[in-house]
Amino acid sequence: MMRFSTLVKHPADWMTGGQGEHGAVLTSRIRLARNLRRQPFPGWAKREQRTAALDLMRPAVEALPAMKDGFSQELGDLSSVQKQVLVERHLISREHAARGDGSAAVIERRQSFSLMLNEEDHLRMQAIRPGLQLTAAFTALSELDSELEKSLEFAFDPTLGYLTTCPTNLGTGLRASAMLHLPGLVLSDQIGQVLQAVNKIGLAVRGLYGEGTESLGNLYQISNQSTLGESEETIIRRLERVIAQVANHERNAREKLLDDDPEMVADKIGRAYGVLRHAHIIDSKEALNHLSLLRLGGTLGFFPPETVILCDTLLMDIQPAHLQLHSGRKLSPEERDAIRAEIVRSRLLSLESPDNRSTTRDIKPLPDPNNPGDA
Amino acid sequence: MKCDFCDKKASVFLTQLVEGQMKKVCLCDHCAKERGVTDPTGFSLADVLLGGVAAGAGPFSAAKPPHATPGGGRKCPNCGFTLDDLRRVRRFGCSDCYTTFGEEVGQMVRGMHKGTSHVGKVPAGLMALHFRHQRIEELRSRLDQAVASESYEEAAGIRDEILQLNETKP
Repeated sequence: MMRFSTLVKHPADWMTGGQGEHGAVLTSRIRLARNLRRQPFPGWAKREQRTAALDLMRPAVEALPAMKDGFSQELGDLSSVQKQVLVERHLISREHAARGDGSAAVIERRQSFSLMLNEEDHLRMQAIRPGLQLTAAFTALSELDSELEKSLEFAFDPTLGYLTTCPTNLGTGLRASAMLHLPGLVLSDQIGQVLQAVNKIGLAVRGLYGEGTESLGNLYQISNQSTLGESEETIIRRLERVIAQVANHERNAREKLLDDDPEMVADKIGRAYGVLRHAHIIDSKEALNHLSLLRLGGTLGFFPPETVILCDTLLMDIQPAHLQLHSGRKLSPEERDAIRAEIVRSRLLSLESPDNRSTTRDIKPLPDPNNPGDA
Repeated sequence: MKCDFCDKKASVFLTQLVEGQMKKVCLCDHCAKERGVTDPTGFSLADVLLGGVAAGAGPFSAAKPPHATPGGGRKCPNCGFTLDDLRRVRRFGCSDCYTTFGEEVGQMVRGMHKGTSHVGKVPAGLMALHFRHQRIEELRSRLDQAVASESYEEAAGIRDEILQLNETKP
């Protein structure tokens, strides 16, 4: 089995974007909740019962073709920094990281699938893909689920569907979500309106934490709330449609900002570039907000397109646990801010100033990455 | 600004749309961590506002008393989870609890989802099992008819078919 250091040495496939281009949609995630029939759910099970369930599931999960040469560890065998790194990579949940013996994480080597054993449910399976690919992620994960079903007896009821610890996950056990980068809608003050509309049709919107209506780094997650009464395909199709619409609004907002107020846009992106290139102390909030603008600059032609991937990788690498893993020791917040600035400066060393660029070429938004056809 | 839960200085500010309304919560580092607010995947402001997180923070086994209180009414014969437990944590103890507390399930699920009965994927094994049960039921009623009409030869054939189906492993 793969070692922790090998697993996290490289960024996940979905972080560096198998598709090449990134726009408003960073990643698509599908989660399926499954439980073993008649075995007490992890939160209610006694220690021996939890271990027994784990012993049933773990061999089946490790034997999955997708998990060949993958990573598999009981959480009690991971340090808190290692667990936190997995949380920052979205490979395990925060709740799962709080667990120890009797719970495990099994992760595909390229980090596209991760399975949490004995989380809130016996099994929480997840597939992540870059860009807007909810259907592809679901198809892949559903195959994995069908494979597991051959060796594990899942709790299922013809009326209630897959039975879960919490009734909010009954039915399909499906949570589909996408992470969106929406700086255009934030800068043009349309974000509240758009998110409210999304919320109104029964989808959940979550930001990262942030003051006022701004979420950190202009990042938002949209996901389904209802899991019972509609098929997986219906849920995903609706979500994909809504997300594509939001991405489209974002693209229009960016274009309009460039038309109406090109100086403001250039100023914001230029300042972000200046700070990130030259800061020696930077906290994670400031870094994320500037990286967001740099990323925007990457899609608007202020920087080469690969800047987007650079930003997405940095987004992960400057988080606290990643910094501690990188420096191999526990860091005080002050030390973290210094090391964070150092990493950002070194990665941006070869990124040329937008001023040198805009004189030689027309600044134009890139084609919609979710619609490669309309270039 | 002060934390909404204790008097320490707030450092995490969270804004979320809850039922179409913008809600804001300020928390200090400690309370934010305790309530899982810094986890973008699993947190809903509604939980904080409605007290759900405060009541059942973390894995709910931590919050449960060592012995389930008697008098909590029904108890799941498979896992010992009681109606009291259900009322406290709003979650279930095992898959059989959904049968034990069928009535409560109905009340909880109403309004929670777009529908009240499952549409979508069914485990393939269960599908086969389901069809087999259906087939056996059908054969049994034909057997009764055959016996009633004294067609014993037909009845014997049906009986053999039922026996064969019952022997097949799931």
